Amino acid sequence: MSNSSSAITDAFSLLVSGDAELWNIIGISFQVSTTAIALSIIPALVVAFLLAYIKFPGRRFLVSFFSTLLSVPAVVVGLTLYLVLSRHGLLGEWRLLFTQTAMVLGQMALSFPILVAMGHAALQSSDKRAWETARTLGAGVFKTIYIVLREVRFGLFAALLAAYGRILAEVGASMMLGGNILHHTRNIPTAIALETSKGDFAQGIALGMVLLMLAFTLNYLLHYFQGKEGLVE
Amino acid sequence: MFRTTGRFLLLLALPLLMTPAIAEDPSKSNKKQAVIKLATTTSTDNSGLLDYLLPSFKKQTGYEVHVIAVGTGKALRIGCDGDADVVLVHAPKAEKAFVEKACGEKRNAVMYNDFVVVGPDSDPAGLESATTVNDAMKNIVKTQSLFVSRGDDSGTHKKELSLWKAAGAEAAGKWYREAGQGMGKVLQMAGEMDAYTLTDRGTWLAYKAKSPLKIRFEGDRVLQNPYSIIAVSKEKYTDINYVGAMALINWIRAEQAQDLIAEFKIENTRLFTPSAHPARKNALRTSVKK
Repeated sequence: MSNSSSAITDAFSLLVSGDAELWNIIGISFQVSTTAIALSIIPALVVAFLLAYIKFPGRRFLVSFFSTLLSVPAVVVGLTLYLVLSRHGLLGEWRLLFTQTAMVLGQMALSFPILVAMGHAALQSSDKRAWETARTLGAGVFKTIYIVLREVRFGLFAALLAAYGRILAEVGASMMLGGNILHHTRNIPTAIALETSKGDFAQGIALGMVLLMLAFTLNYLLHYFQGKEGLVE
Repeated sequence: MFRTTGRFLLLLALPLLMTPAIAEDPSKSNKKQAVIKLATTTSTDNSGLLDYLLPSFKKQTGYEVHVIAVGTGKALRIGCDGDADVVLVHAPKAEKAFVEKACGEKRNAVMYNDFVVVGPDSDPAGLESATTVNDAMKNIVKTQSLFVSRGDDSGTHKKELSLWKAAGAEAAGKWYREAGQGMGKVLQMAGEMDAYTLTDRGTWLAYKAKSPLKIRFEGDRVLQNPYSIIAVSKEKYTDINYVGAMALINWIRAEQAQDLIAEFKIENTRLFTPSAHPARKNALRTSVKK
């Protein structure tokens, strides 16, 4: 196509011009995804911790279960929640369909298994002696949990980044649950889908680049605060 | 080490502090009834019509309209499930069923445009010489020319199926491609594949500049495409924003909005002809064709 190069130049000019619509869409994306990850990280870590440290019947099943959930397409998560949130659904009374809250729920459902599966993998690599030592030295249970989590923090960071990356970029669930309503539930991925369907490739590419740049900034910051520069010491 | 974790948590909390709280979600607050949920078709939204009309509506009535643009089939489904307050769609048969099932009140005419068959420059099915849409559809089957179907239960898809049926043709085979996508996407696909497709004129005008296709058949009365607006039943769903739905219906059918619709143009061509007031329709009809 002849206009693919002009789409890229248009994308750049759109970015630098500080287009208000564009920034509104970016704001919604980050608001929804950050809320979702903030709400799911603690319970997910608790589940991951239980799976790694406590022996109970059905544990193996649960580990496989959460790993399987990683392969569920976002659209299926969206559809399931759609049926639950629709007026005739189980939680229809809450009237949440086509709101940001519905999108947050969808993204929580998507990020939870990633956090659990990757968090569990990270905790598995931790040394049980750390737990025992801390306990023997008189640390309380919560203090000990904190010590163990700190021990595997790099693995947990990776889990967080993977989960955040997935929900920031997913389109299926957000489209179904949010309805792609302008200024309300239109985030970066659903806007890209819409612009592409309208043939406005420039806007689509611009949004795609914004997503990449913001994801890069976020990753860079997280790695910076993690403070190890990715090197084995 | 503790400091690292603390700094990290702070970082995580930062975007939350910077963005307005999620509690400000307007559809959740007490002002709930100030929001109208409109389920509509991609053709009204993608053509830019709603972006053009709704700001005036908001200015005059204060209602904010949340537009959920999907295919007509899904829009009616959303309405029937009570997940929207009002629907703006174009599929007379499905609309009648919607009203008969008591999902909605009565159908109100808003406007119409028409369908056109677009296709490649080479016109392998010779549609330029067809006189009726029946002939046109038969020619496509006879020459086994590529045809991209919406295949998504939208108003346009329903119309297309009824055209094959009327022509006594079976829409199946290697030449017939069901895309399962919106109108814009299907026009792009047909453009890339040198295929024919059926489109509403509104979307076509909005996409024309980006498409290698051309109108290959138009003008048959059968191809008229009327749009109706229907309020979701307040008997069925007592807490629906019925007042808002009626405000939108009355507003869009009143003279001022009808005039706005008539003035809505892309490249100097009118996209939709207002039809809420049949007496005025005749005066306007003369100017819609070409």
